[in-house]
Amino acid sequence: MIKQTVLELSVNNHPGVMSHICGLFSRRAYNVEGIACMPVNGGGTSRIWLLVNADERLDQMVKQVDKLEDVLGVERHDGGHAVFAKMAEFVQ
Amino acid sequence: MKCSGAEIIVKLLERQGIETIAGIPGGANLPLYDALGQSDKIRHILTRHEQGAGFIAQGMARVSGKPAVFFATSGPGATNTLTAIADAKLDSIPIICITGQVPLSMIGTDAFQEVDTYGLTVPITKHNFLVRSVEELFDVIPAAFRIASSGRPGPVVVDVPKDVQMAMAEFDAWPEPGKRDTQPELIMGEVERAAKMINESEKPILYLGGGVIQSDSSADALALAEKGGIPSALTLMGLGVVPVDHPLCLGMLGMHAARYTNMALEECDLLVAIGVRFDDRATGKVPEFCPNAKIIHIDIDPSELDKIKMAHASVTGDVADTLKALLPLIAGKDRSDWLGEVAALKESNPMIIPEAEDPTSPYGVILKAAELAGEGAIVCTDVGQHQMRTAQAYPFKHPRQWLTSGGLGTMGFGMPAAIGAALEAPDRSVLCFTGDGSIMMNIQDLATAMEHDIPIKIILTNNNALGLVRQQQDLFYGKRYYASDYTRSVDFVKIADGFGIKTHDLGLSDDPAKTLAEAIAEPGPSLIHVPISPDEPVYPMVPPGAANTEMIGGEKND
Repeated sequence: MIKQTVLELSVNNHPGVMSHICGLFSRRAYNVEGIACMPVNGGGTSRIWLLVNADERLDQMVKQVDKLEDVLGVERHDGGHAVFAKMAEFVQ
Repeated sequence: MKCSGAEIIVKLLERQGIETIAGIPGGANLPLYDALGQSDKIRHILTRHEQGAGFIAQGMARVSGKPAVFFATSGPGATNTLTAIADAKLDSIPIICITGQVPLSMIGTDAFQEVDTYGLTVPITKHNFLVRSVEELFDVIPAAFRIASSGRPGPVVVDVPKDVQMAMAEFDAWPEPGKRDTQPELIMGEVERAAKMINESEKPILYLGGGVIQSDSSADALALAEKGGIPSALTLMGLGVVPVDHPLCLGMLGMHAARYTNMALEECDLLVAIGVRFDDRATGKVPEFCPNAKIIHIDIDPSELDKIKMAHASVTGDVADTLKALLPLIAGKDRSDWLGEVAALKESNPMIIPEAEDPTSPYGVILKAAELAGEGAIVCTDVGQHQMRTAQAYPFKHPRQWLTSGGLGTMGFGMPAAIGAALEAPDRSVLCFTGDGSIMMNIQDLATAMEHDIPIKIILTNNNALGLVRQQQDLFYGKRYYASDYTRSVDFVKIADGFGIKTHDLGLSDDPAKTLAEAIAEPGPSLIHVPISPDEPVYPMVPPGAANTEMIGGEKND
């Protein structure tokens, strides 16, 4: 099985942000296995969690995501993240 | 104060120092044009196609290094800009495209001339905005300038719905103009490590690209080369960083490099890559590029580091800051053995320029025009054989002298970019080398050059074919010339004449050199037609996907 990892992004919250982020993955034919997004701080910013395969292109993906104007920070959780463990219950 | 969204945009552009805007009006940006018409600080250049407006903005930005602005309406106006924007993205050119959009309430209804400009421009911009209220303009317009010019420059799109242009806002003060962000601090350990590797190297080569020009640090790059005695290869985008006649200049590397340039790279033990991105046209087959070399990579964009080739040492930072920090750490070193080796390679494998003395030959006309236009001239090209010949043969002396579509390779770039260059630098001579394939892709803006009497000198080498495609068919597709020859020809002299442009035909001239001199000296725009054979390949050539050592043609015959 391919190793998976979770990217946790802090982003500005407006209608175009998801399209910027997903576009980076889709144009490189890099599948996003899972997505979760919630507003924080009253909705000015959001947190996005992306569940992705950790292939050799991941470092480049992280750098590209980090370059986006609306991305305020990127954290990588190689050990997974509880948000996807909980969401998994909905697709059992 | 109370102003409309359109007035706010125009005033903010004036405050940014914008003096010229190319574009085309339409239903969804008419409020913006109405406000622009009231400005006495900004001149509008009405183009015949929005792609032309985009390349005019690029021409201005490439010459000045500062963001340039162009306008288009919604729908087809916006889609027509896309090629010019994508081109700017790949070459890191700061342009700002302000498009009209249907009113907010009609977005998503398939309204007349509605297209998802925001969605279409996500992958081809550095950043883009869909403005949703008049108040947002106070942030968005300065931010567009800040983003376009900060870090690695790039294009920004601002999509403004018509009702936002018409809405009124009350406010107390104008925001500060958007400026380039200050650069993050260098990590001195990275710089010191790079300096140590350079000082220890016996056979280093500098590999210099557009990033050196973007950071206005050509003089520092040259100082590094001179202090260390380091030969310097230039990318297509980096031509002009080191003068062609400088003893340490190796000219352009890669697919159409001189043989000795690629051979020297094969020999080097250290490649110092500065403001470059290891483009496939420069590196050839990547695993075989500089096989004996360690690599130092210096770039402002961290995502370029280790993208194509893993560097042994990298410095993340502005090239100008990095070079200034690096220079004092570089030891003056005697590299006469290495320079001797490079000189011997150059002697035995020089750049061969066929028919250099004949001003009606594909290379000769470039050299003659260069001589006539002088070293201050700005040189634009389209894309194809004429572009590669100009890159190989033109005696470049200065950064920002050379405007070409490097990354996207857009036919149709040259003539409107030349118009932009001439608007930005009205006191300089502007040459545009083009081919019969390329000029057709934006020929409509000859009307713009005529209307404003913009003194661009278009040198059209006409082989009635898509020459570089034909050359690939010749070399790699068994000479099956399909869809690359035009079966009939058009009369470019008549066409240009119809546009009200002065014309000259070197093919019919008794004294072509004199005719060329007259054309370059006369005021206003001119088209110089140069009929050439379709069977004159650009050599040397590295086959696409091959290693740079597998060059075809261009051998010295003696």
